[in-house]
Amino acid sequence: MSTTTETPFQAKTSTGRITDFVDQRVGGSGILREFGRKVFPDHWSFMFGEVALYSFVILLLSGTFLTFFFDPSMAETHYAGPYVPLKGVEMSVAYDSTLRISFEVRGGLFMRQVHHWSALLFVASVSVHMLRVFFTGAFRKPRELNWVVGGVLLILSLAAGFTGYSLPDDLLSGNGLRIIDGVVKAVPIVGTYISFFLFGGEFPGTAIIGRLYMMHIMLVPALILLMVAIHLFMVVVHKHTQYPGPGRNDRNVVGYPLGPVYAAKAGGFFFIVFGVIAFISAFFQINPVWNYGPYDPSPVSAGTQPDWYIGFVDGALRLMPGWLFNIPMEWNIPLPWGTNTLSFNVLGPALIPAGIIFMLLFTYPWIERWVTRDDREHHVLDRPRNAPTRTAIGVAGFIFYCVMWAAASSDLIATHFEVSLNDVTYWLRALFFIGPILGFIVTKRVALALQRKDREIALHGRETGRIVRLPHGEFQEIHAQLDDYKRYKLVGYESPVPEEGIPNENGIVTRKEKLRGKLSGFFFEDRVAPATPAELEAGHHHEAVEAGDDDKAITH
Amino acid sequence: MKALSQKRRHPLAALALLVLGLMLTGGLYAVVTTVNEAKADTTTYTAQQVEEGEKLFVANCATCHGLGASGTDAGPSLAGVGAAAVDFQVGTGRMPMQMQGPQAKQKPKQFTTEQTHEMAAYVATLGDGPALPEEQYLDGGGDAAVGGELFRVNCAMCHNAAAAGGALTRGKFAPPLAGVSESHIYSAMVTGPQNMPVFNDANISPDGKRDIITFLKTIENQGAPGGAKLGSLGPVSEGLFLWTAVLGVIIGFTIWLTSRTS
Repeated sequence: MSTTTETPFQAKTSTGRITDFVDQRVGGSGILREFGRKVFPDHWSFMFGEVALYSFVILLLSGTFLTFFFDPSMAETHYAGPYVPLKGVEMSVAYDSTLRISFEVRGGLFMRQVHHWSALLFVASVSVHMLRVFFTGAFRKPRELNWVVGGVLLILSLAAGFTGYSLPDDLLSGNGLRIIDGVVKAVPIVGTYISFFLFGGEFPGTAIIGRLYMMHIMLVPALILLMVAIHLFMVVVHKHTQYPGPGRNDRNVVGYPLGPVYAAKAGGFFFIVFGVIAFISAFFQINPVWNYGPYDPSPVSAGTQPDWYIGFVDGALRLMPGWLFNIPMEWNIPLPWGTNTLSFNVLGPALIPAGIIFMLLFTYPWIERWVTRDDREHHVLDRPRNAPTRTAIGVAGFIFYCVMWAAASSDLIATHFEVSLNDVTYWLRALFFIGPILGFIVTKRVALALQRKDREIALHGRETGRIVRLPHGEFQEIHAQLDDYKRYKLVGYESPVPEEGIPNENGIVTRKEKLRGKLSGFFFEDRVAPATPAELEAGHHHEAVEAGDDDKAITH
Repeated sequence: MKALSQKRRHPLAALALLVLGLMLTGGLYAVVTTVNEAKADTTTYTAQQVEEGEKLFVANCATCHGLGASGTDAGPSLAGVGAAAVDFQVGTGRMPMQMQGPQAKQKPKQFTTEQTHEMAAYVATLGDGPALPEEQYLDGGGDAAVGGELFRVNCAMCHNAAAAGGALTRGKFAPPLAGVSESHIYSAMVTGPQNMPVFNDANISPDGKRDIITFLKTIENQGAPGGAKLGSLGPVSEGLFLWTAVLGVIIGFTIWLTSRTS
């Protein structure tokens, strides 16, 4: 395959000679040998990162097409295009050119829809990918920093989405921009200044679209590309994680080499993703800006929502009461230079929930690492049920997010389910606090129950449903034993035990260590120990004698 | 003139001035308000129509609106609501009301057009109110672009920019406007049914209303150039579609791609 230096290699065909010429100068075969043998484990849940990458490539391609025709100017013009319900209407050049892309540029509407659908898919696949990484514990050593890079990518994808959403300068996105303006202005003292700098004067001004455009087509995509490069580089350095299974451990990767099958699959998958996006872009309308009309600060449309990924912030704003038990959430604070307003009813919901989510997201690997004092490398993933507390924390965060997400569509929930908008808001306010707690408890119990079921099956086999009557009259159900491969999956996991705080060299348990001890209890107090080889042995011997569940395995 | 100036210190002069002032402001007020009022009923109904209408009213509406339509605790007085209100409420099936609630819901209509007109004729005799809209404003021949602007400024905050409807407080709502007849759109604007405000002729001129109707009918009939509309509900339905259908298909493909090897 590769050339050797000892025997001069002479290719027979001209293609071979050209290839050899290039290879001797760029060392392609060496790269291919290194990367082509890179082993990737196969599992459907490992492919969301690829979906994200591919939709980003599609975004770059379709976005480049759109820049050929889009004009990010806020100069005023009158529409003279073919769309009758807007004829002669005063609008910005940005909106006018968006309409031109939609109705006059050949394939323009299709490309706009490709761009928008793939943007939604991009953020969605980034999110699902992150959820997969979290719930399988793939963020553990050595991948903590790559998890952080992933978090930065999520934030950047939100930034890319929002800056792009506002570009057409239509009524819907303008309403969204007005909310951003409100949030910025709610920042005490400097808020009004920042708003004026951002918009080049009072909202909406004539500068914002051009500024967002520059961020959207240059700054943010460049940062995303940089982060993607770092992200993939680290994947190569760390190698891919794998699900637990026989013969898989933290020192190997069981899977298929990149070349040729996996590369072909991954390459083909790009076209599948492209195909799916092209299909929905052809048949499903997205962001019909002509319906919304040009932006004008006076009208606000009912049912105004941001794209899904900003929805949770909008929802938090909708949930926040302006007054709480007769206490206003807005205060005038006298300061030496005059009175400043602290508008907590806007600032709080806009920053605090998102702040909590991203703070926990970025620090979680270190929190778990500190609690477990686990400094080993982990390349074998956890099944979510085998880390009940982590899974429960993840679900609690997910529910916290989803409650706010749902709140962003509170008006549509009200009209479509014929309930009162006020009641929807009250229920969601309650769920905002109760939902994550309930989700935590339920998830943890479900995970523990699944672990017990696994243990039961590992020890006693699967119920076959065949009832046998023994000679002395006793009825018994026959249990089928699992094969070793399947049983390994059920018993081959770690179940850490809670540990007390450890005294330091002076024999004192510091306050920090006490806290760690408590957290360790919180994480691992409720545990189901994997079946030990001795238990398995014992289980096999009296498999016919089915006693009730032996709960002694569950320590508490 | 001289007599007037001599009498100006008369004890009753202040009173006379007050009366004069009141008369003037009162008169001006009357003129101003009638200018703002929607055009009063000029349609003539036959006596027979009014009579038939009264019978229908007593049989179907008086339980709540009271005999003589003077109103009860269960329903308001209908004096002065005009024929247009009857045409809208009864013609869209909202009246007779299915049940008391935050808002009368639309349901299959209970009366023929003829019966509806008879009831309208009866209610119109109770007091001046908006008449049935004139045909010239319902032809859909107005300026859709002007109508669109008027719609976005006056209507979109409740009915949504694409007229897909929206939620109001406490179970009230603004309905979607697709499929509503031209005449009913016009009547709704001049009578303000349910929780809708009245848009009288000073607020939006009859020609403006014609433009709005033209706009609504244009967007209703033009179809969606980009494909299936997903309910015209904006980013929520788009996001829902992506997270369910699109991601579902993608996951299906990932499972297919990774299933072969194992």
